Amino acid sequence: MSTATAPTTTAGPAAPRALNLSRTTATAARVLRQLRHDPRTIALMLLVPCVMLVLLRYVFDGSPHTFDNIGASLLGIFPLITMFLVTSIATLRERTSGTLERLLSMPLGKGDLIAGYALAFGTIAIIQSVLATALALWALGLDVTGSPWLLLLVALLDALLGTALGLFVSAFAASEFQAVQFMPAVIFPQLLLCGLFTPRSTMHPVLEAISDVLPMSYAVDGMNEVLKHTDMTATFVRDVLVVAGCALLVLGLGAATLRRRTT
Amino acid sequence: MMNYASARSDPPGDPAVRAEDLTVVRGPRTVLRGLGFTVPRGQITGLLGPSGCGKSTLIRSIVGTQAKVTGTLEVLGRPAGHPTLRTRIGYVTQAPSVYDDLTVRQNLDYFTAILTPNRSSAHRRQDVDRVLADVDLTSHADALAGNLSGGQRSRVSLAVALLGTPELLVLDEPTVGLDPVLRRDLWNLFHSIAADRGTTFLISSHVMDEAERCHRLLLMREGEILADDSPDALRTRTGADTVEAAFLHLVDQATTAAREKETTR
Repeated sequence: MSTATAPTTTAGPAAPRALNLSRTTATAARVLRQLRHDPRTIALMLLVPCVMLVLLRYVFDGSPHTFDNIGASLLGIFPLITMFLVTSIATLRERTSGTLERLLSMPLGKGDLIAGYALAFGTIAIIQSVLATALALWALGLDVTGSPWLLLLVALLDALLGTALGLFVSAFAASEFQAVQFMPAVIFPQLLLCGLFTPRSTMHPVLEAISDVLPMSYAVDGMNEVLKHTDMTATFVRDVLVVAGCALLVLGLGAATLRRRTT
Repeated sequence: MMNYASARSDPPGDPAVRAEDLTVVRGPRTVLRGLGFTVPRGQITGLLGPSGCGKSTLIRSIVGTQAKVTGTLEVLGRPAGHPTLRTRIGYVTQAPSVYDDLTVRQNLDYFTAILTPNRSSAHRRQDVDRVLADVDLTSHADALAGNLSGGQRSRVSLAVALLGTPELLVLDEPTVGLDPVLRRDLWNLFHSIAADRGTTFLISSHVMDEAERCHRLLLMREGEILADDSPDALRTRTGADTVEAAFLHLVDQATTAAREKETTR
């Protein structure tokens, strides 16, 4: 329907296909500004993982080795769950309040919107992960063989995966009630199958096969690699690539659910 | 690559919106049936009709957010929904679409950054101050949008559409729920913007007395255009005193015509 010519106006590139840095950062700044007006949410996002880790440390008071295993896994799972919840609600609100329709009638690329959200929540995820990792390593005595930076890297990728999943499922939720219910539907099966409770190799073969295609399995596996090895193992690299690849894939699917034209 | 001037070089005599055989289907229903009309430039065109007659669907088609649109629909010389139109059209949805957890100014700052990312921040601030004054919300600039009254929130939504000086402003029921004084002030604002900046307005309403304030009228009913005329011409043609009476006259006429068609079949 449109012609091949794409004239440029003074207002910037006319066809906002590619990412536009200033629109992306403006979106990220806006999302963070919204959060700043909601200090309770920020406190919950940052403090709940820390409180859970403290709790866990003393639940396994008698077996510090168990705390090492589960603690490291949780450092990967927390950012995923938090970002999933926050993003699915935030984008659902954007869809239902009409601001999404307004934005998509403006020269905002879908990529700008998604990257803006990922940037904003990625920032929160970094702060959350730094707090939780520092607490686990130095105050709770989590015994990690590898570099804490690698723990942070995995945590950040997990957060991105959570953002991507949240964005994607919000397209299928008609209300905030439904969006919250997607948490148990999408996250709990992965939580049960990711190897947190028992090694994946000891599960029923069918479940093990399913866990092989769930991204959280690789997130937890990556954390455990850092826990046990001093340097980056081939398995760790594979885990990181799988989580990053899944995040990108789901972000792409999420972008496809943002339609400029709706019925 | 073209420059700014030639991007909007469509002949000045051309209408702002031109529709031919425009049809929109939503689910099992045909909401708009083969509409044909034009919206002249630099004037205020009112889109009037009862709730549910398809006004919002037509408006969404013009701004390019409606799916399943067939027929011809040209806006500012381009097919509706063309990417270059996104900076040239201001759009206000029926329900105020602003972020409740941001202040009025933060809302405007964000949308102006999306519209004109290449402008200097001083320039953008000027623009924000201007639209705040336009909708008379300067004193509420630092209030959270969610704490404002309904009428104030819809004015914030309107202010967003005024950012960046669009050539065409499409407003879906902008005066619903506003008190008479505010309604009069907003209509005065629309007229002064149209006169000073040559902006084209398409304003929908289901309140017929607002029709008298428009230069042109599109009367709609059940997905069809009943009349496309000036308020004066409409009254003269139907011999009615008010636009409301003219509308009722046209509805009766259409119903009788439909019934006759039915009986001859």
